[in-house]
Amino acid sequence: MEFTPIIGLEVHVQLLTKSKLFCGCPNLFNPDNPNVQTCPVCIGLPGSLPVMNQEALRLSQKTAMALNLNLANFTKWDRKQYYYPDLPKAYQISQFDLPFSYDGWVEVTLPSSGETTKVRLIRAHLEEDAGKNMHDESGRGGDSKVDLNRTGTPLLEIVSEPDIRSAEEARVFLEELRLLLRYIEVSDCNMQEGSMRCDANVNLHVHEDGEKIPTPIVEVKNLNSFRGVEAAIEHEIKRQIKAWETDRKRIGDVPKETRGWDADRGQTFGQRGKEDAADYRYFPDPDLVPVTTTDEQFDAIRATLCVFPADRRNSYVSDLGLSDYDASVIVDQGREYADYFDEVTSVCGDGKQAANWLTQDVQRELNDRKIEIAEFSILASVLGTVLQKIVKGEITIKSGRAVFTELLAQSDDGSDVTANSVDTIIADKGLGKVQDTGKIDIAIQAVIGNERNAKAVEDVRGGKQQAVGPLIGQVMRELKGADAGSVRQMIIDKLTS
Amino acid sequence: MLSPEDVQKVATLARLKLSEEELEQIGHQLGEILDYVAVLDEVDVSEVEPMAHVADVFNAFRADETRVSLPREESLSNAPKTDGKYFLVPQILENA
Ligand SMILES: [Zn+2]
Repeated sequence: MEFTPIIGLEVHVQLLTKSKLFCGCPNLFNPDNPNVQTCPVCIGLPGSLPVMNQEALRLSQKTAMALNLNLANFTKWDRKQYYYPDLPKAYQISQFDLPFSYDGWVEVTLPSSGETTKVRLIRAHLEEDAGKNMHDESGRGGDSKVDLNRTGTPLLEIVSEPDIRSAEEARVFLEELRLLLRYIEVSDCNMQEGSMRCDANVNLHVHEDGEKIPTPIVEVKNLNSFRGVEAAIEHEIKRQIKAWETDRKRIGDVPKETRGWDADRGQTFGQRGKEDAADYRYFPDPDLVPVTTTDEQFDAIRATLCVFPADRRNSYVSDLGLSDYDASVIVDQGREYADYFDEVTSVCGDGKQAANWLTQDVQRELNDRKIEIAEFSILASVLGTVLQKIVKGEITIKSGRAVFTELLAQSDDGSDVTANSVDTIIADKGLGKVQDTGKIDIAIQAVIGNERNAKAVEDVRGGKQQAVGPLIGQVMRELKGADAGSVRQMIIDKLTS
Repeated sequence: MLSPEDVQKVATLARLKLSEEELEQIGHQLGEILDYVAVLDEVDVSEVEPMAHVADVFNAFRADETRVSLPREESLSNAPKTDGKYFLVPQILENA
């Protein structure tokens, strides 16, 4: 059986505003204190009126720019009617026919094949979030609990075209989306806390006798981890292949099905659909007036955008000579990490050197200490100073590591380490590279002349180059900052010529 | 005149339970309202932009500032049922 998976994603992200979308209640994740962030507006008491939070719209428009969406100069909000306990007004203020943005795309690169594809976006619109229901897990049919802290917080819905062709592509799309939204600081996209949520529409195009047969579309709801998105889609594709082979149902033969994802069992399960769910009876919200934005206002927002992750990767490869892999490792750690890298690079003047240190020494320390780059005690300017000395040939890489270790030790002891600390450490520990060949010469003579080394010296003379190791070690101990490579060469030259 | 099925659908969406007689009676009344409004169909609006709002007002915004929310007791004070922390509602069936 030949088939192509057809996948479209609907992603909801919460915006990083201080207050809710239409009232002054705080926009905070606060599950331990239910129902303390509500007011007459967000719980829909009669006589209350919503007023649009300008920052929520600005963050939405900023996001649209990063997602290559067209921005509307005129937009409005509509009421979407449905009954659910987490929706106190019995309608959600959303956008129907005139969303603030439409027709965009996100570029994704698949790790498995290295292939780059464009996932088109249909639209992004701004709406209010619902509250949170907690169901009685005892199975005895107890009451459900409703927390309305989240009710009315600003929520961005981003809808993709069904352009995605694999579970892996869906995951990578979501990861790239999260990275982008974090870079431009519009959302923290935390899937565990629900500030990023994803629904997937999945079906198959079965290829049979030159015909392309679409199977019924299934919507998998409430995927709350990247792993979950990938696993749920993989499972759903397999399930739909079996379903096609047994009942050969095509799109339109049955109503669209909604399924949930059981992460523990690793399978999707059927859910009772909301009755007449499609009949939301949208109409323009009479409590909110339309919004117009001029092109000049858009330009002002555009000016606040940073360099996007994809552009940053490209410039690291083409301008700094990094490998694709290193560029991704640095960019994918987030904006603060990439900013740190940029500063180290600009101080030391060598992107590759900076990349080596960030992807190895710095990353190892962050992992060991379980901290983020923002909490790292060696500032970018200080690490940059160390690397600059390596780049200029003033210290060896090995000495650089010793300085790095000492900087960490000093800051662990509570001192602030600065660029000056670097010079002090190099001087105190005698780590400056010994460039005086005369001094190296004397040290080599002393080691070669030492009777303890007579056997090693004979071996090297006889062509056994590996015997030179202990000799180098002794010279280095004598001189500290000498460059091991040149010491090795000088010893060999002396003994074999 | 609306069919009883149409009336039933509207009633279901509004969470209203109607008897047979009510379905008939309300179908009649709704039909009359629709006929009354249908007069508007005679106006040629092909050259008219759809109106988004009756008031000729745009861009009513507020700054992103927080205000004090209601105390929890007050927020829950109209709830038919509560445990002092949450609104309590009859069990919601998620799974089929
Ligand atoms: Zn409120």
